[in-house]
Amino acid sequence: MDKITVKVGMASCGIAAGSRPVLKELQKTLAGRSEVEIKEVGCLGLCFHEPLVEVDQNGKRTVYGEVTPEIAARIVSEHIDGGKILEDRAILSDETDACENRMVERQVRVVLRNSGLIDPTRIEEYIARQGYEALKKALSSMTPEQVIEEILASGLRGRGGAGFPTGLKWKFARASRGDEKYVVCNADEGDPGAFMDRSVLEGDPHSIIEGMAVCGYAIGSTHGVIYCRAEYPLAIKNLSIALDQAREKNLLGKNIMGMGFEFDIYIKEGAGAFVCGEETALMASIEGRRGMPRPRPPFPANRGVYGKPTNINNVETFANIAWIILNGGKAFAAYGTEKSKGSKVFALAGKISKGGLVEVPMGMPIRDVIFDVGGGIPNGKKFKAVQLGGPSGGCLPESMLDTPVDYESINATGAIMGSGGMVVMDEDTCIVDVAKFFLTFVQNESCGKCPFCRIGTKRMLEILERICSGKGKPEDIGLLEDMAYKVKDGSLCGLGQTAPNPVLTTIKYFRDEYEAHINDKRCPAKVCTALIHYTIDPEKCIGCTKCARQCPVNAISGEIKKLHVIDQDACVRCGQCIKVCPVKAISVE
Amino acid sequence: MKTVPKETPKDVAKALEPVIKRYREKKGNTISLLSDIQTTFGYIPEDAVDHVSRVLNLPSAEIYGVASFYAMFRFKPEGKYVVRLCRGTACHVQGSWLIGEQLQRHFGIPEGGTTEDNMFSLHYVACLGCCSLAPVMMVNGTVHGRLSPELAVEVLESYRSKA
Repeated sequence: MDKITVKVGMASCGIAAGSRPVLKELQKTLAGRSEVEIKEVGCLGLCFHEPLVEVDQNGKRTVYGEVTPEIAARIVSEHIDGGKILEDRAILSDETDACENRMVERQVRVVLRNSGLIDPTRIEEYIARQGYEALKKALSSMTPEQVIEEILASGLRGRGGAGFPTGLKWKFARASRGDEKYVVCNADEGDPGAFMDRSVLEGDPHSIIEGMAVCGYAIGSTHGVIYCRAEYPLAIKNLSIALDQAREKNLLGKNIMGMGFEFDIYIKEGAGAFVCGEETALMASIEGRRGMPRPRPPFPANRGVYGKPTNINNVETFANIAWIILNGGKAFAAYGTEKSKGSKVFALAGKISKGGLVEVPMGMPIRDVIFDVGGGIPNGKKFKAVQLGGPSGGCLPESMLDTPVDYESINATGAIMGSGGMVVMDEDTCIVDVAKFFLTFVQNESCGKCPFCRIGTKRMLEILERICSGKGKPEDIGLLEDMAYKVKDGSLCGLGQTAPNPVLTTIKYFRDEYEAHINDKRCPAKVCTALIHYTIDPEKCIGCTKCARQCPVNAISGEIKKLHVIDQDACVRCGQCIKVCPVKAISVE
Repeated sequence: MKTVPKETPKDVAKALEPVIKRYREKKGNTISLLSDIQTTFGYIPEDAVDHVSRVLNLPSAEIYGVASFYAMFRFKPEGKYVVRLCRGTACHVQGSWLIGEQLQRHFGIPEGGTTEDNMFSLHYVACLGCCSLAPVMMVNGTVHGRLSPELAVEVLESYRSKA
C-alpha cells in the first residue's frame, strides 16, 4: 500500500487561522491508519491560504488551502481514500494545474528549503534532508580558512538589511585575538511587517543552529547565543527543542561528532525593544542591561559580548550557510546580480492578493515580486506604493517598480533592502498617514541616547500630526526635510540614522499628497479623520435605521423610514455605517 | 515621597524565594530576573524590586532602569486576559487603528488600561509577525486574525463569557 504523509501547517499564522481544529479532525479520522502519517510542519509561505494541509502520496504533493475541519474530512474520504484530488480546493499540485503553481515556479528555495516540509520538532527529519552534513563536511575536510573562503566566494551579504559581506565579517572575527569568542544570532526581528525570520525559526530551527556551528568553527568560537524577541513564543519553543535534540545527538556540546570541536548555544529572550536589533544594543541587552547602542569602533569583531570578539549575523544569513557549504559558494553565486548574490526572502503583506513568504533570486524586479509572485492588488484597487525595509526604509511608487531587488539598486531609490518586509499599499492608503505611522513607531522606540533622534523625531511627528489634522503650513515640507537630515546626521545608530527615511521617500515620491493635505486641507485617500466627513445622501436613504444602530457613538439620528442625519461633531469617522448601509447612501468627502 | 520599608512583606519574600535562588551569584541576568518576577506576580511590584535589590545586592535604580526600558515589563497588575493589538505596518494599512478605537470605546479603557472588572488589559504592540492575517491581536498566547472592529469585540466578549 502507498505510504501517505499528511502535513498540517502549524506555524503561528497557521494556528491563528485555525489549523488546530483541522489537525484534530485529521487525527480523529485517520486514527489507527498505519499507512498514513500526520506531520505538523512550519510555514510553507502561502500564508494567505491558511490553514494549509498537504497530502504527499509517493512524492506527489497536493496542497489544500482554507481548510476547515469539514474539508479535512473530505480530503480524507475523497483524496486519501478515493484517490481523487479535490480540484476546487487544491492550491498547489504536482499533478493538476492548481492556482498557485505559478507563484511557486518563480521562486528558489535556499533559506526556505525545509520550511513547511519537515516537522521542526524532529531532528531526524532535518537530518534526512542533508541536515548537519555541512557541519560534518566543514569539520572533517575543511580548514576554518577554507570555510571562510567558501562563504566569501558565495558573495553572501548580511540579510538583516545592511548587506555587509558575511565572509568578510567572519574573517575579521577569526583574525581577532581572544581566548573566548561569541557567535550571536540576531533573531530580534522587529520591523513591523516582516516575518521571514519567525517562519525560519519556527519551521526550520536546525538550519540556524547548523549555520551558527559552522560559523563557530570558522572564527574559532565555542559560545553561541540566539537573541530572540519575546513576541515569538513558538519560535523560542521550537528552538529550545531543537537545541536539546542537537545536544543529544552530539551535534552541539563537547567534541562534536568526535572531531574535537566544541560549540554550544543558548537562547536569550528579548523583552520588547526595537532598538535591540542594532548590534551594539543587542549585545548590551544580552548582558542584561538597557539596550542602548554605543559608538563603533570598537566593532563587535574586536570587542563584543562581555568584551569578547563577537560575530553577529541575522537568522536568514545563518540559514544560508549550510546550503553554501554543501553546494559550494559558486552555486549560490549563480543566483542574483553582480553585487547581490543568492536569493532573498520577502514577507509580502498589506494590500496584496497573495500575502505570505516568498524567496526569489536577487535581481528580480519589484514589480514581478508584487504582481507575478504576489498576485497584485486585491479587489480591483489601484497600486499606490510599496514599503520596503520597515521603519528604516521607504515607500516606492509605481514608477520605481522596475527596480531590481538588490542592495545597491534599492538603496539608490532612498529606501533600503532591509530585512525583507514588503508592505503593499493601494489607493485607500494615505501616504502622509503612513509616514506618521512610522515616525510614531521610531519615536516610541528611540532609546533616548541621542538628542536628535529623541527630540528631533518628536518634533517631526508633531509636524506630521499637524498636517494630518488639517493645520499644516506651506513651509512644513521644507521644515520636515531639514530636520530629517539633521536627525540622520546627529544620531549614533542605525535607528536614528534611518528613522527619517519613510518621511523623506514619501516627500520625494508623493509630494502632491502632502500638498493636498496642507494647501487644500484634503486627504486624497480619505483616511485622515480630521479632513474627512461622512454624509448621508437624502435621495438614497431609505430610513432603515441600520446605520443608526451600528454607530458606536450614537452620532446618527433619524426615525424609521425617514431621512437619517450624521452629527458631524459626534462622528468619530470609523466607517462602520458605510459598511452596513444596504443602499450605499453614505459617502466620505 | 515613599520611604523604602526595612522589611519585605512575608508573602512577597516567600514568593520570591525560588527566583532569588536562581539568580544568586549570577551577574548580567537582570532581564531574566525581572521576567521571573513578572511571571510570579503578573507584574513588577515595588516590594519585590526592593526585596531582590537588598538580597542580591543590586541597586534598585539599576533594576528599574532595565525594567522601564523594555516594553514587556509592567508596574501595574494586568487583567485576566491581556489583549495585544498589533500595530504593525500590515495591520495599520488594513485599519487596525479602527479596531483600537472600537475596543477603547467598547471597554471604556485607554490604551494600556485595564477594565474595572480586571478582565481585559489593552496594549498596542509592534508587529506580531502574522502579517498575512492582518489585522491581528493576541489574547494571552492566542493570535486572532482577519479582524474587523466588530469581530474583535465579539472575540473578546466570547472570552468574557467563557471566564
